[in-house]
Amino acid sequence: MRRITCLILFISFLWTDVVSGTKLHVGAGQPFATIQAAMDEARSGDQVIVHPGLYRECPVVVNKSITLTGYGMPVLDALGEKEGIIIEADSVTIEGFEIRNTGYSYIEDRAGIRIKRTKAFTIRNNRLILTFFGIYLEHAKSGRVINNAILGKPLAEANSGNGIHLWYCKDIDIVGNLIRGHRDGIYFEFATQSRVRRNISEQNLRYGLHFMFSNDDIYTGNTFRDNGAGVAVMFSSRIHMLNNLFHLNWGQAAYGLLLKEIYDAEIRENVFQKNTVGIFTEGSNRIHYKDNDFLNNGWAVKVAGACEKNDFIRNNFIGNSFDFAAVGNMETNRIEENFWGDYSGYDLDKNGIGDIPYRPIKLFNYVVDQTPETIILMRSLLVEILNFSEKVSPVLTPAEVSDAMPNMHRYIR
Amino acid sequence: MIHLHHIHKSFGRLEVLRGVDLAFDRPGITAVLGPNGSGKSTLLKSILGMVLPDQGEIHFNGKPIDNLGQYRKDISYLPQIARFPENLRVRELIRMIESFRSQPSQSAELIHQFGLESVLDSQLGHLSGGTRQKVNLVLTLMYDTPVIILDEPTAGLDPVAMVKLKELIIQAREDGKILLITTHIMSLVEELADRVVFLLEGRIYFDGKPDELKQRVDEPNLEKAIANLLSGGHLTPIQPLDASSKPIKKMNGNVVQPQLKY
Amino acid sequence: MLRIIRYSFADLIRSRWLYFYTGFYLVLTGALFLISADLSKVIVSLMNAILFIVPLVALLFGVMVQYNTREFTELLLAQPIPRRSIFLGQYLGIATALAISFLLGAGIPFILSGIFLSGEIWNFSILLLSGILLSYIFSALGYLLALINDNRIRGFGLAILVWLLLAVVYDGLFLLGLAWFSDYPLENVAIGVTVFNPIDLARILILLKLDVSALMGYTGAVFNKFLGTSLGMGLALTILVVWAVLPVSMIRYISLRKDF
Repeated sequence: MRRITCLILFISFLWTDVVSGTKLHVGAGQPFATIQAAMDEARSGDQVIVHPGLYRECPVVVNKSITLTGYGMPVLDALGEKEGIIIEADSVTIEGFEIRNTGYSYIEDRAGIRIKRTKAFTIRNNRLILTFFGIYLEHAKSGRVINNAILGKPLAEANSGNGIHLWYCKDIDIVGNLIRGHRDGIYFEFATQSRVRRNISEQNLRYGLHFMFSNDDIYTGNTFRDNGAGVAVMFSSRIHMLNNLFHLNWGQAAYGLLLKEIYDAEIRENVFQKNTVGIFTEGSNRIHYKDNDFLNNGWAVKVAGACEKNDFIRNNFIGNSFDFAAVGNMETNRIEENFWGDYSGYDLDKNGIGDIPYRPIKLFNYVVDQTPETIILMRSLLVEILNFSEKVSPVLTPAEVSDAMPNMHRYIR
Repeated sequence: MIHLHHIHKSFGRLEVLRGVDLAFDRPGITAVLGPNGSGKSTLLKSILGMVLPDQGEIHFNGKPIDNLGQYRKDISYLPQIARFPENLRVRELIRMIESFRSQPSQSAELIHQFGLESVLDSQLGHLSGGTRQKVNLVLTLMYDTPVIILDEPTAGLDPVAMVKLKELIIQAREDGKILLITTHIMSLVEELADRVVFLLEGRIYFDGKPDELKQRVDEPNLEKAIANLLSGGHLTPIQPLDASSKPIKKMNGNVVQPQLKY
Repeated sequence: MLRIIRYSFADLIRSRWLYFYTGFYLVLTGALFLISADLSKVIVSLMNAILFIVPLVALLFGVMVQYNTREFTELLLAQPIPRRSIFLGQYLGIATALAISFLLGAGIPFILSGIFLSGEIWNFSILLLSGILLSYIFSALGYLLALINDNRIRGFGLAILVWLLLAVVYDGLFLLGLAWFSDYPLENVAIGVTVFNPIDLARILILLKLDVSALMGYTGAVFNKFLGTSLGMGLALTILVVWAVLPVSMIRYISLRKDF
């Protein structure tokens, strides 16, 4: 018997690269009635297969390097007072479960799946319904969170958790998840060298994606829609933000992208569409804003001050109520070769670059900054006259906020 | 038919009618005479409801006139100045007025009589003053109404049209209609008028037959009689100035010498 | 009254001025399309033109037509037609002619551009609706001014004054007021003040379609409620209609008491 098992193990090693070892089946009419019973039997490298059904044995604590697979979406119900799955061993895979109903707590950060000080894990194809925190990674390394749906019901910021929460993590891939109805969709704190790709994060109370003290991360191809703010990046360095869509983030303090005290970041080829403010940046230096589309936002870019050595290059600014707002000295920043939908200059030498500079800050921006209620006068004849006279002989708008080489045509990407 | 009771009308400070009592009951032609600004047009317009009197009442066929103006279907009115929407064609204008009054109209006959066939498709803005007056006359006279009011009908007319107009007026009298006419052409009055009402500064100074006016001022010629009337001597209104006092019952043919405080 | 509307309308649509007006919008809208293929940008530019020109032209037209048809009005007054029908009919004729003229001038280039296939159709509709409402409102004001003032120079002067007042001066004073009292909560006041100027109202109506996100974001709760929900749009539309009805009832009142 033992020899046969060894043989099977050997063959499995030859033929598969993920699943190895024994398969232990859990469920009605299966060898094991409970997941715990199967896990007690399992050894490192085994696969515990859970068949459809409702399992009330949360929290399921995985302390061996096994694969826990749900067939046909078995349900783990935490009955409103427990965590769903806790991973305490390296090289664990969790896939195909619906985990629900952890309940809310003011004392502990209860999670649907918690990864504790481990590495090389994979969490994929799970559905987390009404969990306080969705997937909680603490001191985790080199793992993957793929294709999960994490659907919460937002109450208030104080008693909502985050969809995917990273705390002191490194080298994590977060790919293809759908996160909805949490406080922050994805939260990074002291999480480095990680990648966030092709996720959809929407209808979260605070941010779709939130970086705090996290360096050298990259997020790309994500959609952030209808959150308090799409993405907030704070006190972090070397974050790469590529190819994301920031859409419909509306509200009094709503931004597509909020930057606060970050350095050396790259923001490229993103689309900011119909946000109250496309990008709000404060105290952030050496950021490259390149090849982005700002479409139909209230403000495309708002620079709140103490921002130095940033580049705004080759962006499209189209249909925004205000293209640019800036407080403080902008002298060290570079604004060049953008396409401005409101540019009314000409190109006599036909080199594709407008012959007169474009100044994206209009007088009315100032008026609105002073007295927000005056926004009700937007696009009135009076305001057009004011803007025009300011354009002819600038007095209040800063001369340094100016694109000396405005592109005549929209960049097609 | 038409009764004006003590009509007062001011335009701002200017008192245009100062207590006018008049009645038009019998068929015939009444010439309303007086110098410019004496209130002739205002008087005629108040009958039509175009001018609204400050005091007094106007009855038409025994009923007070109103804003709905249905009584006006019994009146034809020729306004003093003939200006029309410039872009309309003559034919359209006539058809339009006809569409407002669902009464049988003799427009075709009149168009022929005034020789307007050739201009039917012209825009009104392109017509000469005389032609416009002819169009004006057609619009006025195309209905068979018991009352016809003509404010300076002869203005701008050529002699042929003038003869035609006179014929039409006489015809109307023979048909038993009441005609009110203002004009500055005294020969016309002498020729046509059965009754003369002389207005000055908003009051009636004479109301009677033309012959009686001539006798009164001892002038054989009506034009001179009027001039004489204006130049002094005989200037006494037949109705009191004081609006509160009872109007004196007017007797046709007599210049009443009232007890007047000027 | 229908007949009067029809004749007044028929008279106007043959007027050179009206063709000029239609042509102006055709050229303007067409030129905007040539400069920019972006529909939404064309709509924004056109909005400025509409808020600027429609009230002015409607005012002057109202005044002009009232004066030019004085004698004709007298002719009508001698007919067995109720007074109110004459004046309301004339007014409705002018307003409708203007509205249609605007509709054709601004609309044809859009239709040619394939607006029905694009997502901008609602923005465009609200733009046209505003232009039409403004045509009705301001031709009524112009007609009313001419009806009250027999002196033509005075009538035209007042019309231009009213336009200047509502198009620019009003907003200027409004802006100064807001800036002056900026320490106080002014949202309710601001909305209140807007309501009293039909040009501002029409602008807000269009703004609600074009720039909501900016308005949503920056302002407080009252604005959000007014501007962010369909309540604002419904209210703005309703008040605009009231604005159209008000001068018309004034026309009726005056016409029943005026001498000719």
